[in-house]
Amino acid sequence: MYDVIIIGAGVSGCAIARELSRCKGNFLVVEREEDVCCGTSKANSAIVHAGYDAPQGTLMASLNVQGSRMMPKLAQELDFHYQNIGSLVVMTKDQDPADLQRLYENGLANGVENLRIVEQEELRQMEPHIAPDAVAALYAPTAAIVCPFGLTYALAENAAKNGVVFQFDTEVTGIEAVQGGWKLTTSKGTLETKVVVNAAGVYADQLHNMVSDDQMTIVPRRGDYFLLDRTCQGYVNHTIFQLPTKLGKGVLVTPTVHGNTIVGPTAIDTEDKDCTATTQQGLDQIRSKVNLSVKDLPLSQTITSFAGLRAHDTRHRFTIEETAPGFVDCAGIESPGLSCSPAIGVMVADMINHILHLQENPNFDGTRKGILDPKVLSFEDRSKLIAENPAYGTVVCRCETITEGEIIDAIHRTPGARSIDGVKRRTRAGMGRCQGGFCSPKVMEIIARELNIPFREVTKSGGKSKLIVGTNKDQL
Amino acid sequence: MKPYDLVIIGGGPAGLAAAVSARNAGIRDILILERDAELGGILNQCIHNGFGLHTFKEELTGPEYASRFIAQVQELGIDYKLNTMVLDLAKDKTVTAMNRTDGLFQLHPKAVILAMGCRERPRGALNIPGTRPAGIYTAGTAQRLVNMEGLLPGRKVVILGSGDIGLIMARRMTLEGAEVKVVAELMPYSGGLKRNIVQCLDDFGIPLKLSHTVIDIQGKDRVEGITLARVEQGKPVPGTEEFYECDTLLLSCGLIPENELSRGAGVNLNPVTKGPTVNESLETSIPGVFAAGNVLHVHDLVDYVSEEAAAAGVHAADFILKGGESPAQALAIHCQGGVRYSVPVSVRPDCLTADDSVTIRFRVDNIYKNQRIAVYAGENRIFSKKRNVLAPGEMETIHLKAASILENRDAAGLILKLEDA
Amino acid sequence: MKTLNLTCIGCPLGCQLTVEMDGKEVVGVSGNTCKNGEKYAHKELTNPTRIVTSTVRVTGGTLPVVSVKTASDIPKGKINQCVTELKEVQIPAPVIIGQTIIADVAHTGISVIATKNIPKK
Repeated sequence: MYDVIIIGAGVSGCAIARELSRCKGNFLVVEREEDVCCGTSKANSAIVHAGYDAPQGTLMASLNVQGSRMMPKLAQELDFHYQNIGSLVVMTKDQDPADLQRLYENGLANGVENLRIVEQEELRQMEPHIAPDAVAALYAPTAAIVCPFGLTYALAENAAKNGVVFQFDTEVTGIEAVQGGWKLTTSKGTLETKVVVNAAGVYADQLHNMVSDDQMTIVPRRGDYFLLDRTCQGYVNHTIFQLPTKLGKGVLVTPTVHGNTIVGPTAIDTEDKDCTATTQQGLDQIRSKVNLSVKDLPLSQTITSFAGLRAHDTRHRFTIEETAPGFVDCAGIESPGLSCSPAIGVMVADMINHILHLQENPNFDGTRKGILDPKVLSFEDRSKLIAENPAYGTVVCRCETITEGEIIDAIHRTPGARSIDGVKRRTRAGMGRCQGGFCSPKVMEIIARELNIPFREVTKSGGKSKLIVGTNKDQL
Repeated sequence: MKPYDLVIIGGGPAGLAAAVSARNAGIRDILILERDAELGGILNQCIHNGFGLHTFKEELTGPEYASRFIAQVQELGIDYKLNTMVLDLAKDKTVTAMNRTDGLFQLHPKAVILAMGCRERPRGALNIPGTRPAGIYTAGTAQRLVNMEGLLPGRKVVILGSGDIGLIMARRMTLEGAEVKVVAELMPYSGGLKRNIVQCLDDFGIPLKLSHTVIDIQGKDRVEGITLARVEQGKPVPGTEEFYECDTLLLSCGLIPENELSRGAGVNLNPVTKGPTVNESLETSIPGVFAAGNVLHVHDLVDYVSEEAAAAGVHAADFILKGGESPAQALAIHCQGGVRYSVPVSVRPDCLTADDSVTIRFRVDNIYKNQRIAVYAGENRIFSKKRNVLAPGEMETIHLKAASILENRDAAGLILKLEDA
Repeated sequence: MKTLNLTCIGCPLGCQLTVEMDGKEVVGVSGNTCKNGEKYAHKELTNPTRIVTSTVRVTGGTLPVVSVKTASDIPKGKINQCVTELKEVQIPAPVIIGQTIIADVAHTGISVIATKNIPKK
């Protein structure tokens, strides 16, 4: 019997796992997809909110501010990309300054540091491409951008380093109380545990409703995005939000930690918890809204468009509580969930500790090194690296200059990459402007070789996502 | 590493032809840097016939065409490095490159020829809505898998875009046992050669739907189907949607010159071609840096790539042997009336002698019938040639007599345009 | 008399041919830029032929397949038989450009030859 099973290897589940690994115990993370970071955590705005948005006094507000404060240190300990670039909530000339003021005051009440309202002139200095109608903005210097994959993999790898086990391709289909804990029915057999953590993202309502009469409904709220080429780097310097109007929240424009620019999201409620398809209407919405805050954004430089699902509880709140004895919900974690994740990890681990009274893990090592990026090395160090390991001398992804050495590293981590997308999210191979056109076959070759599986078995993202269906003339 | 006078970035058809001609023009120390495991570039995966009618007066396949140039490079003893990625080209022509055996290294050649070729426009740039499952490939990726690895990326195929690679792949996939259901083309005309429509689509009864595009992709893990719709004025027409069950979508929606290195060096790029702007010597805005082939502008035939690259090789040799004093005066070539761009964008009269001819390549922006290609120097028409049909899928080439430019060297510039014949 | 339109595939120019037919006989071709256009029209309307390019499996080579072509054009109706015969072929590396893969494909009397060198691994 496990001490704790965490259902879901998104950023919440991995943050909980990592915090939990400070204690001794038998911990398992189960995930229905083939890898860490396959749901909400992989497709979002990649930002750390400062924390002025959530209403004062809510759990969301306090976790956001805490999470945002924890992120810089965590980024150092776990070596993921984080940049404290600050954010601006832009108001246009026909909007009510009182609305901006209210947001500012809510932020103050939430404890967000160094908030201030900047007027037109300063705003234009900070952001030369701001829209002509923009007149003021709420500036939050503590806001930041983060690589959501990097954060989630870092948490997962560090948890694994400290003894947490990850089991993928395992869908939990049933849960029932047994003596001293819970029995989980999964697509890979049954599992028993003293404590269950429900961190199942858009599916968290299904698990919650198996153990609680207080029915929860999580509506997948789709957000479509554009990702722009690095040629647009510097077009905006901060995360630029729009002050919400009666018509909705508006879209944001933000740099990413890798020098791309993200534009989005929409907020379209759907029924299908799996459907991350973009739609023409969604993409058109972004195109029409973006001009409110940023002028002439070069959307023609789009390298990809994508959609993510936010786990929106119809009551719009985080549910982080012991719903039934030994069943801990971590549900409804929609935006600003990524920003909250470090704090969620601590909070849930504390709750579990309260239940199980775990002993401290004396061997806990809270540090982790990310995948070595040879591009940051000096000429001499890089030469030395290639001499020691020639795989760093072979460029596989030409657009992002990712070497075979980095890809091999990604595959042999725990949990490691097993698919094209797994390699892509860990190394950025295939993330550039050709979107894997050149390097996919080469990456497949490396995966097949390193994992000792047939080339044809390599998938894009696990499951049935095979890239090769046969050989020439096999059905003639 | 030994010093080289000329470094050629790219060992595809352009790089090979440039190397051969530069050697024949007297340059000894030439190095070709190729990122793939063999010379020949994209020709290695273009196993269909139709190459070399101009160059060799016979019809060859891509690998055969490449092998002829590779043989010349080897016979001339020109150095090349395979599996070698150029990481950076600096304004002073320092080339930083890397491979497994040499590690990271720098070269300081007197001249550089850019011959990096082009890449395909991916799905992202097309903004096709829908899911993002396995089974969406650029036609070129599929071509490599089928023709070099012997692997089938799919069995029921829809192709978006009627560029030549898409058309060629329709036939290849069919002959390897896949079913190609339809080729859809956004424009009202095909982007590929007419002969390819006949022998790759018509021969196999594959329909070509002009003015159609993919408006939705379905399938979570693997493509399960796509929806096509007719397009008018750039917008899908409601009610014209048609669902096609398929496991694969191939994209053949245009090629983009690969100019990351050029951009890094500060080479001026032409927003229309996405390639460098060059003068009559195929020299970019950085003296001593030349460009040829698909990195410069996308060609329709490899024969013209070789021809252009050979010229770049001669000019680079000239630059190395004579030093790089560039005369100031240049006549800009202005494109009008249906002409989208020209290569070169300017001509320096001082670099011409009266019996030279200046080659100008260009493309038109639509299908035109009964036109005259005309070049004016001020008021004077210095060139005129009648063409029955011009199409955007085909590159046009004209040769101006240098004498006619020298006679008009005081003109404000040259104008290249189409006129009703 | 009947008039037909054809696109010549002899070269990338893709000339639009107008062919006049008297029954099964070609009596006039126009629209062609060179002699090959006329030849093509005759052939296309009496015995259409194509060069077939494909791949065959290679063992022990640097790549698992080698590209091949028919040494000259074969009747269009034989294309399928040609590729089906290629399915059964497997040749050991090294393969040399021009090497005969099948001597007489689909009873056409025409050989299939390799179009690429595949060295031994």
